[in-house]
Amino acid sequence: MTLPEGNPEMNSAEVTGPDEVVWHPEATEGPIASPAFDEVTRQRAKEIIARYPQSRSALLPMLHLVQSVENHVSQAGIRFCSEMLEITTAEVSAVATFYTMYKRNPCGEHLVSVCTNTLCAAMGGDAIYARLQDKLGSEGRPLGHEETAGEPGTPGSITLEHAECLAACDLAPVIQVNYEYFDNQSVDSAEELVDALRRGEKPHPTRGAPLTDLRTVELELAGFHPDLAAVAEGPSIAPETVRGAVLADERGWTAPARPAEHPALPPLPEAKP
Amino acid sequence: MTEPTRPDPLTPVLTRRWQLDRSWSIDTYERTDGYTALRTALAAQPDQLITLVKDSGLRGRGGAGFPTGMKWSFIPQGPTGAGAKPKYLVINADEGEPGTCKDIPTMMADPHSLIEGCIITSYAIRANFCAIYVRGEALHCIRRLRQAVAEAYAKGYLGTDILGSGFALDIVVHAGAGAYICGEETALLDSLEGRRGQPRLKPPFPATSGLYASPTVVNNVETIASVPDIVSGGSDWFRSMGTEKSPGPKIYSLSGHVERPGQYEAPLGVTLRELLELAGGMKDGIPLKFWTPGGSSTPLFTAEHLDVPLDFEGAAAAGSMLGTTAVQIFNETVSVPWAVMKWTEFYKHESCGKCTPCREGTYWLVQILERMVHGRGTVEDVETMLDICDNILGRSFCALGDGATSPITSAIKYFRQEFLDLIAEQPAVARPDQLAQMTGASA
Amino acid sequence: MTLSPEKSETRPVPEGHVRLTIDGVEVDAPQGELLIRTCERLGIIVPRFCDHPLLDPAGACRQCLVEVEMGGRPMPKPQASCTMTVADGMVVKTQHTSPVADKAQQGVMELLLINHPLDCPICDKGGECPLQNQAMTSGRTDSRFVDVKRTFPKPLPISTQVLLDRERCVLCQRCTRFSEQIAGDPFIELLERGAKQQIGVAQDKPFQSYFSGNTIQICPVGALTSAAYRFRSRPFDLVSTPGISEHDSSGAAIRIDARRGTVMRRLAGNDPDVNEEWIDDKTRFAFRYLTSAGRITRPMVRVDGVLAEASWTDALRAAAEGLLAARAQGGIGVLTGGRLTVEDAYAYAKFARVAAHTNDVDFRARPHSAEELEFLASGVVGTTPDTGVTFAAVEAAPAVLTVGLDPEEEAGIVFLRLRKAVLKHGQRVFQLGQWSTPGVHKTNATLIPSVPGGEAAVLNELATAGGELVDALSATGAVILVGDRAAEVSGLYSAVAALATRTGAKVGWVPRRAGDRGALEAGAVPALLPGGRRVADAAARAEVEQAWGLAEGALPDTPGRDADEILAAAADGVLSALVVGGVDPHDMSDPAGALEALSEVGFLVSLEMHASAVTALADVVLPVAPDAQRAGSYVNWEGRRREFGAVLDSSGVLPDCRVLDTLAVEMDVDLFTQTPAASAGDLARLGSVAATGTAPTVGAADAVAPGYGQAVLATWRQLVGSGSLSVDEPHLVGTARTAVLRVNAATAERLGLTEGVDATVRTARGAVTAPVALADLPDGVVWLPANPVDADGVRTALGAGHGDLVGVTGAGNLDGGAA
Repeated sequence: MTLPEGNPEMNSAEVTGPDEVVWHPEATEGPIASPAFDEVTRQRAKEIIARYPQSRSALLPMLHLVQSVENHVSQAGIRFCSEMLEITTAEVSAVATFYTMYKRNPCGEHLVSVCTNTLCAAMGGDAIYARLQDKLGSEGRPLGHEETAGEPGTPGSITLEHAECLAACDLAPVIQVNYEYFDNQSVDSAEELVDALRRGEKPHPTRGAPLTDLRTVELELAGFHPDLAAVAEGPSIAPETVRGAVLADERGWTAPARPAEHPALPPLPEAKP
Repeated sequence: MTEPTRPDPLTPVLTRRWQLDRSWSIDTYERTDGYTALRTALAAQPDQLITLVKDSGLRGRGGAGFPTGMKWSFIPQGPTGAGAKPKYLVINADEGEPGTCKDIPTMMADPHSLIEGCIITSYAIRANFCAIYVRGEALHCIRRLRQAVAEAYAKGYLGTDILGSGFALDIVVHAGAGAYICGEETALLDSLEGRRGQPRLKPPFPATSGLYASPTVVNNVETIASVPDIVSGGSDWFRSMGTEKSPGPKIYSLSGHVERPGQYEAPLGVTLRELLELAGGMKDGIPLKFWTPGGSSTPLFTAEHLDVPLDFEGAAAAGSMLGTTAVQIFNETVSVPWAVMKWTEFYKHESCGKCTPCREGTYWLVQILERMVHGRGTVEDVETMLDICDNILGRSFCALGDGATSPITSAIKYFRQEFLDLIAEQPAVARPDQLAQMTGASA
Repeated sequence: MTLSPEKSETRPVPEGHVRLTIDGVEVDAPQGELLIRTCERLGIIVPRFCDHPLLDPAGACRQCLVEVEMGGRPMPKPQASCTMTVADGMVVKTQHTSPVADKAQQGVMELLLINHPLDCPICDKGGECPLQNQAMTSGRTDSRFVDVKRTFPKPLPISTQVLLDRERCVLCQRCTRFSEQIAGDPFIELLERGAKQQIGVAQDKPFQSYFSGNTIQICPVGALTSAAYRFRSRPFDLVSTPGISEHDSSGAAIRIDARRGTVMRRLAGNDPDVNEEWIDDKTRFAFRYLTSAGRITRPMVRVDGVLAEASWTDALRAAAEGLLAARAQGGIGVLTGGRLTVEDAYAYAKFARVAAHTNDVDFRARPHSAEELEFLASGVVGTTPDTGVTFAAVEAAPAVLTVGLDPEEEAGIVFLRLRKAVLKHGQRVFQLGQWSTPGVHKTNATLIPSVPGGEAAVLNELATAGGELVDALSATGAVILVGDRAAEVSGLYSAVAALATRTGAKVGWVPRRAGDRGALEAGAVPALLPGGRRVADAAARAEVEQAWGLAEGALPDTPGRDADEILAAAADGVLSALVVGGVDPHDMSDPAGALEALSEVGFLVSLEMHASAVTALADVVLPVAPDAQRAGSYVNWEGRRREFGAVLDSSGVLPDCRVLDTLAVEMDVDLFTQTPAASAGDLARLGSVAATGTAPTVGAADAVAPGYGQAVLATWRQLVGSGSLSVDEPHLVGTARTAVLRVNAATAERLGLTEGVDATVRTARGAVTAPVALADLPDGVVWLPANPVDADGVRTALGAGHGDLVGVTGAGNLDGGAA
């Protein structure tokens, strides 16, 4: 018996947290939001808030909105959310640092997420991730988790991450680029995919809409789709998805027949005394 | 009642539209009886629907298997107290349990079944606002659902005065942001309220104090997508599949070392032996070593368990849980300690940090397992891990901690020798002080 | 709680209670009680970290697991006793009787310690640390953890006064829950997730809460420490003495820890009736005035124009001679300030009557009015917690109106009670003021806006028109809290009294200073003798004359001058001498006039702790003891007597009452106030009478109208700012709110002011410059903090106060006219 390939990160001994928190007491009054958060973004934030019975529910989508502007959650972005929702920047920071999709540093044009959870890893995910780390690294140093190859934001730049289970286990090993699925990958196909991305190409995902970039996708997550009806199309049914259904058809199996008419609903329960 | 006949091995109900052209569109959905159940439901009294779902025996498909109708009936109704507050329906579409991949295809292939289920359920529990909390990484599902919601509004299935019934409902499709713990219903509610996704104290339960401290039903995607079929087919029809206590069809997701992995919708109670047969057997004929019946949080099974009926009772009786019927299949090439290490790394990464046992326990377990897999295990480690698991299981705040112990305790139960062999193969390092030196030197 | 030795069948379960068994002992507990509390009352201590009786249950640390059996069936998992409530028939087994509970607790303790640095020998908390203690009682002797701990840079300053050591933190969230639930200042939060989870602050905003020090105290480990105390001493070296806060009128219970004659730190005491377990940061951190360079320790006498140290004998003789001479001429006035204990205030009040033969005595070293005195005499004096408004009444009230009072800034403990009531039972809070201050937000208060000076008219109008406020205050138990700033607005006390009459709401008077209420009771006012007796009432005078052993008719029979009048008379030479104790002339309505009077008066005796504007002008300076070096008591705003003892050695320092007693002897009269106890006894023998007379009915003044380039000034003090008792506290001062000029957007535009840019407020006397911040003030109004850090107060700088017209100009717009 051999251990599967790949080198799971010894991730236990990390020194965590910022070295020093720097604050500017003089800067705690009045709006300081970055000019990046323009009137369009403000209007969008207001639209998000209007979707919910209570405004604070808008925070997660608003952090996606912030990422669509700056390709990460910056301090200005935290400040922007804090002002729009009238909560403290500490409260926004608490939320922004809890979720893995909010990135602390500016990301590449694309985010490549390789599933390295057990099943994908056993099926080749660890090997894919290790190969991409080496490939995208420089000066002999493999690219680390959430690090970016190329100048962040520029065409062809890629932020690489290892991801937890991406819920496509029947299609393992899987990769997502900007949260679009690239199923049944191999080390070779993953390399080709990344090469194409580096060249500025946008390979079509196995399932999902045509590839755009991370910022566009973050705007979609915030609820602003360029053309919802169009982006909602695209391939989504892999052979694996319909394996059971196809097999049932082949063998003539069906669920038990339903009554021709909808059956009468049960009577109302007797009122309690 | 006639003697029930055994249904076919596969019973496509939820998956029956998936092969159709543009199955996700409202045209396809309506052409295949879509939104007819809604008309029937809106003509009934809400409490009749609750009784129907109770009668059907539908149990939650998110893992815990709580009876759905009973959950709905806990929602206080009436003009005073908690009943006077607004009620909410929240759909848990935060699919992330390792191995689980049934809700994402459902939402991609047939979003309208979920939307119709949401409308019927909201009507039954008298909710006028429904949020579908979708895992952020499931971007295309989010698009499909939003498009489906837009189509449903356009057709008058959503909004005010739905189909002239006077009932009003708004649905928001909410994107999460990457946190497995948000699959825990109270953590999901906190997250939906714009907070860190950390579980809440129960009681109060969501039924009385859920979203915005108001009565709330939280149900899984597959659960609610089943509701239109129960309305149109009736409870007897639904019960003609599955077992007495676990009725209905269920999507089994086969992944890993099988010839034809994929989604197989079968009556509850199917066995792995049957499923493997449908899926063409083990990949390349390499024998089965271990498998999960319903995701990584359900204790492992082995080849001994090929004939365990995969329903709530059967899986539990055999020492595991049905979970999400995420059947991950591993063959003999896979190291059990390695697989357990990978899963434990997952739990450590996803532990929310709120309670001590889960936060510190997973942190410690990962270090032991990584050491072991990288050749620095000690003979004490196995017992230490079991004791740490004992100190986590049932001591942590929510089920995430419990789930984290499942792979470890079950793996040691069935594969203890493999752990011991791994340690024995290594240079003899038995004493903690030597070990500390080694780890220090290698850091 | 009742232990029931006899069989349960023989005794019914009391109403509202349940009967359960804990470790084999049957016990009745009130419904809804948390198991951990019931255990405590039985003397069974279940170890815990996240649990705190005043915070909502969290169930996060999992240290308090116990085994529970319900209806004869054991629950499958051990339960957190801090989140589970008692139930009838429950059988509970703690670590003492359950191996499962014991193992669970040991297991959690081991997990908590795997990442702890175990640096107890150098930790401030070592020796008083719940983690250390409970690791001993409920932990393993060794750890099986041989792997790598998480490490963090430390300490991380999360404000100028609170330091964070993340390695020691057990993530119990007491600090974050306190900040969110109690203080309403969620500036400290959980960050990150899982094992990386940590306490932290936002990058742009420190933990600037007026109550932040409480988090240090309730931290069950050494993760939060105080910049002022870190590494200063060990708990076992400290001598702890209960004390009472001298910083405001709440009378908060504190604990003062001293080491070898030096106060090292102060903590909140536990007094459920008053401050529960919380204090504000000024009360906690501001005590270095005890050792500041300005402390006066020797008497001084002015010789040839120069103050020189003198013996007590010489100084007292000089003072007595000067005063006797002055008494024979124009007379003596007595001015006292807010720091006085009730014993001292009584000594001043009695000194005025017996030694100075005058009613010219007033404790109100701040803006005041005859209307105020009438209000106090007719409704406040003599009330006690049994008859008047209390903290408990404030908490229970369905609605509270605050007038002339921003509780968070001026009475922190009152603010915490209001917030608690708002969160727990939806109390409605109304604040008559100028803008929605942080305190208004945190109590979900409804701001009743008014132009400064127009508050009385606003209140009268609302009382007449009825509506929301009147309805809310008409509910049983409603309360109006009025601060001493009401004296700045003519007719406001009258309006409050009228509104109370109209609605039936009870009125509580919440002065800002610790000594004010006691001084009122002690008769340190021109119209009242001790115990609320009217000077003008012959029978009352006779009573006092008899008690004091004076001849009939010895007490002057007409009310004396108030503080402003005393100063004016001194300036004009009508009064020939002043005895002044604890007065800061910069707090008076006209600081320049006050200083002028003090310098003009023929003879000035000053009793003071520190060199001050008064001592600089005095002919005789007599040093007095700070609270830490004497016993005494305050009467808090509730009318509750709050006694404290000496913390430090008091040899060589004398309290005011003793100094006055001796001075009186030099003047040939006896005060019988040699010690605080004697003074208190003398006052107690007099007793107090019910408040007499009717509430004032002064008509409401109209607010002034600003002209071109003008605005009406609103101003009051912030908790942290300049103040004689806040000296030498750089860490505390670092948490002061930024001094800004607040104005609404329309007025800012009219005056040419820009948000974030400096603006200047001017009067004929002077100018104040501060950056502009927008807030919801009424049109034509600007607000400034009255006591900015490191700068002259507003009254000193501008000679203007609340309700006065000022000129306002923005940067680069200097043509705005001054008043």
